Amino acid sequence: MKQLDAERQMRRRKRKNTIFHALFLSSTLFGVIALGMLLIQILSDGLGWLNWEFLTNNASRKAEKSGIKAAIAGTLWMMSITAPLSFIIGVSTAIYLEEYAKKNWFNRFIQTNIANLAGVPSIVYGLLGLTIFVRVFGFGKSVLAGSLTMTLLILPIIIVASQEAIKAIPVTQRNASFALGANRWQTIIRVVLPSALPGIMTGSILSFSRAVGETAPLIVVGAVAYITTLPSGVFDKFTVMPIQIYTWANLPQEEFHHVAAAGIIVLLFMLLSMNAIAIFLRNKYQKKN
Amino acid sequence: MARMKQFKLGKEHNSFMQKKKGNNSLDRLMPIILAIIAGISVLTTIGIVVILITESAGFFQAVSIIEFLTGTEWTPLFADPKFGILPLIMGTFMITLVASIVALPIGFGSAIYLSEYAPKKVRNFLKPILEILAGIPTIVYGFFALTFITPIIKLVIPQTDLFNALSAGIVVGIMIIPMISSLSEDAMNAVPNSLRYAAYAMGSTKLEVALKVVVPAAFSGIVASFVLGLSRAIGETMIVTLAAGALPNIDFDFLKSIQTMTAYIVTTSQGDTAYGSVEYRTIYAVGITLFVITLLMNILAGYISRKFREEYE
Repeated sequence: MKQLDAERQMRRRKRKNTIFHALFLSSTLFGVIALGMLLIQILSDGLGWLNWEFLTNNASRKAEKSGIKAAIAGTLWMMSITAPLSFIIGVSTAIYLEEYAKKNWFNRFIQTNIANLAGVPSIVYGLLGLTIFVRVFGFGKSVLAGSLTMTLLILPIIIVASQEAIKAIPVTQRNASFALGANRWQTIIRVVLPSALPGIMTGSILSFSRAVGETAPLIVVGAVAYITTLPSGVFDKFTVMPIQIYTWANLPQEEFHHVAAAGIIVLLFMLLSMNAIAIFLRNKYQKKN
Repeated sequence: MARMKQFKLGKEHNSFMQKKKGNNSLDRLMPIILAIIAGISVLTTIGIVVILITESAGFFQAVSIIEFLTGTEWTPLFADPKFGILPLIMGTFMITLVASIVALPIGFGSAIYLSEYAPKKVRNFLKPILEILAGIPTIVYGFFALTFITPIIKLVIPQTDLFNALSAGIVVGIMIIPMISSLSEDAMNAVPNSLRYAAYAMGSTKLEVALKVVVPAAFSGIVASFVLGLSRAIGETMIVTLAAGALPNIDFDFLKSIQTMTAYIVTTSQGDTAYGSVEYRTIYAVGITLFVITLLMNILAGYISRKFREEYE
């Protein structure tokens, strides 16, 4: 009798395990299904509207004639400043913190400060950019003001990713370099950075894709939606793809929702290829170690 | 000949020494340059704090802080403007509530699955998909809420507004699932296997190991991931701007249009409020409120994960 009880209890515990296994699996699949539905929804809405003219036309009041050319140009203009600037500042900061900084209160403060900056809502960076770059520096609602705002926004992500990559280089490699008579800077440039570069690149590309997809701070900084001329310099006004999509999605006419979906397809294509490059880099160099 | 050779050697030696000297001065110079560049992130923080305080100071000269924090009407653009931030805070709270109902259980469950149940192959397949989900821009989520989730809600409850808190909240929840899942999973992965083996040796099922051993051991990390996720939901802008509407109200009705703090800042900065006016400065007053709330939550998350961490070494 007692043994039967124990057996029954065991069966119950095992059944409970199976049920929860299914529950946990379905929560993971929820994300996958949500992604699938989102992609299907957008493809079915926008694929029919995606053609060569859409890529080469400027914004228009008519849905059929609307295009995303000015927005693509604006995004490229912005990234041509944001990407190199944030890369240089981010990697330099990471090198300083990992290779030079002594463990004192000031450097701990910088580190905490970076962690907190990563958690500041993006819209607050918009307010910062509007006040400092647009008003105080007098750049106006220009490519430059937008790019600098974006640079500050993605900086914490690049710094943290680069720090992780630099930390992963074993100290033996540095010691070998010192033993050959190299000084600290030579060691950093010729030993540490080349080994850490794949990790740094992966983190940087992911943060660039964050900048390409970010909308809110640029609206606050004043990137305008209805633009018919391409920017020809850093002081010109501009728009970017997410803002153009936002404007279309906000219009009441049904046709513009299709235009917005077509714009999203272009944006996602760009982001997914950037992510694919980042994942490729990571996998390629992870296997080596 | 011999003298020539010596001369040549001397020259080579000389240039070698010069190069070495150059490298050494570079070695002394670089830390200073790098430290200056590292200061940019400190300047950013100072910049944010200073502009939020100075610009909202002008606002608080015109409107008392008490009125701002306790007023129940937010109508800055009316002829008789009212500046009570509670409706905006209520909007943000409703979005965060719906988002956490969606994201906390699902993110938690999926973290347990990935960390404890999933075979390696399945895990390697599912992880990148969640990473893609995390990389989708919020404007795309907003579009998804407006054109997919809202019509479904309207199908079930026909009197739902086109812009409503429920749809936006659900999608904000979907957006933060990958973040909660991956941070919680990291915390669970950090629990040493010896603990799991001990529980298995006593005859535990996988579920018992997960819920009675791993989760308690990783508890601080899991809670921290929840707090960070919620802080992210509070700061989310485009989904709520696009799908939740622009009508600040304090009614706590999830089927009606609402406005969050973030959405107010975006909508107002698009309009043509005169620079320097009280209406213009509202965006900084709302901004500093948002900044303080998210900062406190992030500090709380850091405190929880440090203070209540279980050490197993």
